[in-house]
Amino acid sequence: MAEEMRIVLRNLDKIDPLKIDDYLAVGGYKSLQKARTMSRLEVIEEVKKSGLRGRGGAGFNCGMKWSFSYNIDSDQKYVVCNADEGEPGTYKDRIIMENDPQTLLEGMAICGYAIGSNKGYIYCRGEYPYVVEILNQAIAQAKGKGVLGDFDIEVRMGAGAYVCGEESALIESIEGHRGEPRFKPPFPPVEGLWGKPTIVNNVETFANIPVILEKGGDWYKGIGAASYPGTKVLTLTGDVVNRTFVEVPTNTTIREVIYGFGGGIIGGKNFKAVQIGGTSGGFIPEAFLDTPIDFDSMTAIGAVLGSGAVFVMDETRDIVDVVERIAKFFEHESCGKCTPCREGTKRMHEMMHNVNSGTARAGDLDLMEKLGGVMGVACLCGLGQAAPAPVLTTLKHFRTDYAAKFN
Amino acid sequence: MANYQEIIDTYKDLPGGLIEAYHAIQREYSYIPEEAVFAAAQAFNIPKAEAYGVATFYSYLKVGKRGKNVIRICESAPCHIAGADKVVAALEKELGIKMGESTADGVFALEFAECVGQCQATPVITVNCKPYFDVTPEKIPTILAEYK
Repeated sequence: MAEEMRIVLRNLDKIDPLKIDDYLAVGGYKSLQKARTMSRLEVIEEVKKSGLRGRGGAGFNCGMKWSFSYNIDSDQKYVVCNADEGEPGTYKDRIIMENDPQTLLEGMAICGYAIGSNKGYIYCRGEYPYVVEILNQAIAQAKGKGVLGDFDIEVRMGAGAYVCGEESALIESIEGHRGEPRFKPPFPPVEGLWGKPTIVNNVETFANIPVILEKGGDWYKGIGAASYPGTKVLTLTGDVVNRTFVEVPTNTTIREVIYGFGGGIIGGKNFKAVQIGGTSGGFIPEAFLDTPIDFDSMTAIGAVLGSGAVFVMDETRDIVDVVERIAKFFEHESCGKCTPCREGTKRMHEMMHNVNSGTARAGDLDLMEKLGGVMGVACLCGLGQAAPAPVLTTLKHFRTDYAAKFN
Repeated sequence: MANYQEIIDTYKDLPGGLIEAYHAIQREYSYIPEEAVFAAAQAFNIPKAEAYGVATFYSYLKVGKRGKNVIRICESAPCHIAGADKVVAALEKELGIKMGESTADGVFALEFAECVGQCQATPVITVNCKPYFDVTPEKIPTILAEYK
């Protein structure tokens, strides 16, 4: 069986997260020191060489993103950590921040050095006020030790809006506005927070940075899948024996995750479906369980890696009922800025409700597919574009479950 | 209890500090008094509509009175299949109110929430953001007793 490999969770259970001395004792902040002896461009090249891609779900090359901001001459630049993990079934960033907050701060400070920024923000979701406290303590300790140098970090708390996980909506929220996504371009690395070049990276992305600086981009590049190297922290939920988190190389298969680390299905029942990447992820049938979890392999089967949530459903689960619940989620979380999403999520939920309650009309399933297709291309941001995925993938793989609702 | 005007004044010079100010008001009041929204508009020098727009955009912010202890029930898919509906029914029965309402004595407010990020132990409820794990209808009276 595949082995767990801890890179971002390397200090889990080894240090007291609220004692910076513990972090320093295991080599903490040596990577930042090392980075500061390199040129800014060398740091960015090292990150690029590692092949690290964003762990928030979009999978953009991290070093490349940094280079966009590096290349702009500006009196102020910002480093923003997206700690607004809101994908249902996901809690990996909480685990990282609760167990090793300093590694996040170090990763952000390295980014700050690389792009030429002296100010960072952590946007932590409003559901985690206890994590905000940990982060504030960690920042105070880091400032007390002087390890961050002239790099300042401030925590801002979200207030329960899923859409703020989208980077431009997150930026709007830090600015004190409604969390509505912006039209792009310009993208945040060019014009972000208060109009200044801004790098927004996920917690898990930043947590990889100190290790990449320590061991080198070549070392990192050799782990897991070639096109999406490194590890991924996954959170297992639903009908799986071990409802837990696990950090694995990205070439680990879905089957190894569910049956190996997850211990299989509760009560010895049969597997029905798994939804990976959060509530916006596609549903995956048994036929695809031998797919590696890396970004491109998942995309190839019409699914996503997304946030790394692994939501397992056994044979007794009513797929249509689950998808109706998910459709309700998107209707609730749509920010309302663009019509395809505001109206689309509402109508999709309406039709899913009708199907689930046995009052749908003939032709509704085709209409849902058509609506989903339109939303995928016409919605302004990732929320609306991904919202139909659970509907579309279940219509594809579990159509008989829908048909049964018409009887 | 700190006056909302004093709280707002603490944050008015913080760039983008409006949401932080609203959070701080809620820590005192459990909700945002409507007058506080207008006071915030003045302090942050923005139109009332904008201050109101922000206060009503976020599901964790509530303009107008609600109970002191906010109970949220996660309804997202992992909690949904784990039996969140039974927890909802038990809470409504125990408190004698429906989802979205507050108890007459002002002690509890009952709200739906989307994922609270504690999916290792579904279904999950939170009281004032403190999570409770693997919640069953039988556990509800004990949990509520902590806040009575």
